[in-house]
Amino acid sequence: MKILVCITHVPDTTTKIKFTNGDTQLDANGVQFIAGPYDDYALSRAIELKEQFGASLTVLNVGTAETEPTIRKALALGADDAIRIDAEPTDAYFVAEQIAHICKQNNYDLILMGRESIDFNGGQVHGIVGEMLGVPSLSPIMKLDLEGNVAKMAREIEGGKEYLEAKLPLVLGCQEPIAEWKIPNMRGIMSARTKPLQVITPANPQELTKSVRFELPPAKGACKMIPADQADTLIDLLKNEAKVL
Amino acid sequence: MSVLIFVETAEGKAKSSSLEAVAYGAKVAEMLGTSATALVLGDAQDLEGLGGYGANKVLHVADSRLNAGVIQAYGNVIAQAVEKENAQVLVVAKSALADTVAARVAGKLKAGLASNVVALPDLSNGFVVRRSIYTGKAFANTAVTSDKKILAIKKNIYTVTVTDAKASVESFNANLSDADFGVSITSTEKATGTVSLPEANLVVSGGRGLKGPENWGVIEDLAKALGAATGCSKPVSDLHWRPHHEHVGQTGVKVSPNLYIAVGISGAIQHLAGVNSSKCIVVINSDPEAPFFQAADYGIVGDAFQILPKLIEAAKAKL
Ligand SMILES: Cc1cc2nc3c(=O)[nH]c(=O)nc-3n(C[C@H](O)[C@H](O)[C@H](O)COP(=O)(O)OP(=O)(O)OC[C@H]3O[C@@H](n4cnc5c(N)ncnc54)[C@H](O)[C@@H]3O)c2cc1C
Ligand SMILES: Nc1ncnc2c1ncn2[C@@H]1O[C@H](COP(=O)(O)O)[C@@H](O)[C@H]1O
Repeated sequence: MKILVCITHVPDTTTKIKFTNGDTQLDANGVQFIAGPYDDYALSRAIELKEQFGASLTVLNVGTAETEPTIRKALALGADDAIRIDAEPTDAYFVAEQIAHICKQNNYDLILMGRESIDFNGGQVHGIVGEMLGVPSLSPIMKLDLEGNVAKMAREIEGGKEYLEAKLPLVLGCQEPIAEWKIPNMRGIMSARTKPLQVITPANPQELTKSVRFELPPAKGACKMIPADQADTLIDLLKNEAKVL
Repeated sequence: MSVLIFVETAEGKAKSSSLEAVAYGAKVAEMLGTSATALVLGDAQDLEGLGGYGANKVLHVADSRLNAGVIQAYGNVIAQAVEKENAQVLVVAKSALADTVAARVAGKLKAGLASNVVALPDLSNGFVVRRSIYTGKAFANTAVTSDKKILAIKKNIYTVTVTDAKASVESFNANLSDADFGVSITSTEKATGTVSLPEANLVVSGGRGLKGPENWGVIEDLAKALGAATGCSKPVSDLHWRPHHEHVGQTGVKVSPNLYIAVGISGAIQHLAGVNSSKCIVVINSDPEAPFFQAADYGIVGDAFQILPKLIEAAKAKL
């Protein structure tokens, strides 16, 4: 069995976002970059499946050389090898086309992604890749087990979940609690340095959207404090002042 | 040319976020000087009524296999409807289902897809939309440069006015093959009789400050008195005090209600990421230094177990 996990390289969830260059670029000064938390769920489940079934596990990132520490960390966690498509990931269609191109050459049984990236939060790449490959794409997947070539899954729906079955190959967008996040151990970190990381130039680069300018939300006004012994007046304020009830 | 709006249903009724999408799509159609068509899949009621939200026409695919949200089949039918209507713009209301479906349509039609759209497009220089990025921490102005464009809009970003206009209804036989139903839904588990969190206009949410699942009665009672949905912080769902689908934040549900009441939640940046587009935020916390107060419109410092009963009483008396 062959598993591919696609990971993003994004600002840590605690990052205070700022822009630079006339608000056309993220100010990466002092920003700690990580693999997206949902990508981490996908990778963690892939590592478990690899241990259970002896699969091969490749990680892929579409990004510039700066993303390599994030890729190495995925190798330290347990991926066997990695592919980096050497390009700025401009939009979801562009990224999906790169991933689909690699998939067509490699016949992966499972292509796992995060439910969404935490920079642009599109939740698109898995669906576009699924369409490009002509295989089902499902998201957000919160449980994944394999029985032969059949995947048994749970997908979150509004107010609950649905249980699904489908034959491989599949493209899945993952979220918790599909697996527990893993922490690399010393042996993993050492071996990650020598695991193969292939760098490939992008195929057929084209984008369909382009972000022209970024903005921060307006500053929040002061919080109106209500004394605890007058808590009941909150209801009046919400009704008559904020007009939300 | 036209604007097509995908209307997501729950038990045959259009979801409120989809009604907002119809109104938004109708406005985009007006801006482009064209008409708006709403697309409804599976068994559904009151199709003409979508006219009240601005749809000129409703396309209805009355195939009961589409009563459940089958992602691949939905993508295929919507793409066919886009072609049939010669739609230039497809509008969907963001949801776990619609996001994935819209992505398939984007792949099939080679259409640029802008997600988390929070305003009408600016047509003064191309087709530029404003969308929320970095989980609500910033906005991007994004040009959609492809011929066909798909917009996935966030909830609560467009004011809906309802008229008593009726839309004409046309049935549409889309081509579907067995391959579109290759994924089988074996069962579903769904909370019934409660307000759905992503759709809710009012949310009461509890954190670890509530100390245990046995104390959730006060959260539920306040939610009930207000007609609100209930949510929680991540540790609360990790500890199984509450189901996972109630977990709000960076790695959970992102809500944008008119009112979000946070009780016993510290306001970690990952939690705020899921609630920062709420219109009004109320924070109740015993610690005056809790970071959540900085993101709040109204705050009460105190013990939740003393404050909530007073609020429940006041809500019952005054609403
Ligand atoms: C990658 C990543 C993703 C994450 N995603 C999410 C996410 O999506 N959603 C999320 O919520 N968290 C998320 N977290 C976790 C987040 O960092 C916080 O740990 C979490 O939000 C804290 O939950 P809490 O506020 O309920 O608990 P705590 O931080 O323990 O806060 C409890 C609060 O209750 C107050 N309190 C105590 N007793 C009372 C009382 N009697 N009355 C009133 N107030 C009281 C305390 O003063 C305190 O402020 C994520 C973390 C990481 C690293
Ligand atoms: N640049 C990228 N390189 C590799 N995988 C990506 C990239 N961008 C997105 N993905 C994958 O697609 C998922 C959904 O991303 P998005 O559609 O951008 O929200 C992510 O969680 C990743 O698994």
